[in-house]
Amino acid sequence: MNTILSPTISFEEILNQYNWQEVLDSINSKTKIDVEQALHNNKPNIEDFKALISPTALEYLEPMAQKSHQLTRERFGKTIQLFAPMYLSNECQNICTYCGFSMTNKIPRRTLKDDEILKEAKFLSEKGYEHILLVTGEANKTVGVDYIENAIKLLKPIFKNISIEVQPLQQNDYKKLIKQGLYAVLVYQETYHKEAYKTHHPKGKKSNFSFRLDTPDRLGKAGIHKIGLGALFGLEDWKAEAFFTAMHLKYLQKQYWKTKYAISFPRLRPFSGGLEPKVAMNDKELVQLICAYRLFDQDVELSISTRESELFREKVAHLGITSMSAESKTNPGGYVVDPKSLEQFEIHDNRSTASVSKRLQELGLDVIWKDWDYFG
Amino acid sequence: MEALQIADKTFNSRLFTGTGKFSSPQIMEESLLASKSELITVALKRVDINKEQDAILDRLKHPHINLLPNTSGVRDAKEAVFAAQLSREALQTNWVKLEIHPDPRYLLPDPIETLKAAEILVKEGFIVMPYIHADPVLCKRLEQVGVQCVMPLGAPIGTNKGLRTLDFLEIIIEQSNVPVIVDAGIGSPSHAAWAMEIGASAVLVNTAIAISKDPITMGKAFDMAVKSGRMAYEAKLAQVQKQAIASSPLTDFLS
Repeated sequence: MNTILSPTISFEEILNQYNWQEVLDSINSKTKIDVEQALHNNKPNIEDFKALISPTALEYLEPMAQKSHQLTRERFGKTIQLFAPMYLSNECQNICTYCGFSMTNKIPRRTLKDDEILKEAKFLSEKGYEHILLVTGEANKTVGVDYIENAIKLLKPIFKNISIEVQPLQQNDYKKLIKQGLYAVLVYQETYHKEAYKTHHPKGKKSNFSFRLDTPDRLGKAGIHKIGLGALFGLEDWKAEAFFTAMHLKYLQKQYWKTKYAISFPRLRPFSGGLEPKVAMNDKELVQLICAYRLFDQDVELSISTRESELFREKVAHLGITSMSAESKTNPGGYVVDPKSLEQFEIHDNRSTASVSKRLQELGLDVIWKDWDYFG
Repeated sequence: MEALQIADKTFNSRLFTGTGKFSSPQIMEESLLASKSELITVALKRVDINKEQDAILDRLKHPHINLLPNTSGVRDAKEAVFAAQLSREALQTNWVKLEIHPDPRYLLPDPIETLKAAEILVKEGFIVMPYIHADPVLCKRLEQVGVQCVMPLGAPIGTNKGLRTLDFLEIIIEQSNVPVIVDAGIGSPSHAAWAMEIGASAVLVNTAIAISKDPITMGKAFDMAVKSGRMAYEAKLAQVQKQAIASSPLTDFLS
């Protein structure tokens, strides 16, 4: 089908033009010829992308990986960026069926105070980090915009690059945070399937699908430097999720051409009492998707977290990935202040920052700690 | 081979290089030494000027190497001026490679902001080397505001596609009163030699060296190519003939 595009159309209007099952059927029916054409097309379109994520393309994994490797080196060089997440709070008024911080989970709640934030920061700074990702749940009274703004102010003298993964905010709030030195915002749609979204987010502000979907637009309008996109793989079929993420990326690139984009690949990981994936994505398929995104877009940053295993992370560092987290703790105060608090999800790669960094160097990859200065 | 003069500096090598995309600071150092490059650009955003030691800067401390800080990562003239001032203070050089690319995908330079920033920086005493499209009119405008050279692109940065802007580069070289340095897109030594043969004053190469399987040998190869291209230019290349020179001249009857 032809997607109607115009400078004024919203992404939700584009999304509404599609039927989930038809998209899946179209991906699943791609032939060898479609995949071969996609592989040889230097500017693959969205139909080529569908071919690259199709079951048929699994037979072409090696040539896809070779091309993805080559394109990534050309654009990003022999490098990998390292960053660390810093969880500030696990307070949350949302119910998300897959998340350890979900409101109904009976866990002790904690929000870091200024001195605790600085303790955690000192620990990460001494490990060499210049780029941190601040993470919170959604609790607007205790962890609202003012709290986040304060955290950025506190941390700006310590880190060169501060990104956030918090509740969706209003455009003016983003502007305020950017003025304080905010670099990037990660906002995962979780699922582009509207009905499934409702099922997995039955309560709280997060249950508003449209408000979340429009978040990258508000960020783009506010002039953010980088937006991180992604879907949580496991809720619905990953192939359709990947297709809509790719569509979202192309839409945003045309609208907000001064902003950089990154894509992450979170696969549902167990936590205490957690949800089993409805549609599991295996390692082979994740590699396929990483390569497919790279072939589709040479410039998009691709990020892999410590949800994945040491071996897997090492291998994909050569296949299209451009940044990764290391030694992550997914609980507030997890580094120093309160290491025993309950984590959001289990970490698979538990290596120290130093050993991740050393290993990357052994693999012929220079570790980039700093890649941005705030000149605002 | 003639040396190249830009502002108060004389360069024996007409190969300028960059520090990005190498697999390690050590390989970077060895490759750049092999290239004999005397002007090496460093992205300010990649170095930590507040720390005493920096993995990149520490490797560039050689008597023949001049640092050329670049403003990569800034999005407009205001940010570029701020970055240049910061680098002058921290790195003790008033040379700056002016790079303003608000588009983070193809890193294409913004001509309007570049001209604005160049004008301000020249007035503040900087030696400004602007990275720009191969736009002959823009080159003349930049020359008027007092830049010390122009750095038009051969192809989108990092693409290794060569001199895709050849026709415009030739016009720029023909018209320019300041050195013309072909920056971006040069993917092989033959591209570099070609740029020198058409009269470019120098070339700037980074990706093609850094991502090569053997960056040290590639550094040497570029050094040789740039030298031979320049020598050929100075020795005057023979013209390409569309057909053999006529054996029965048409103007013979005049003698």
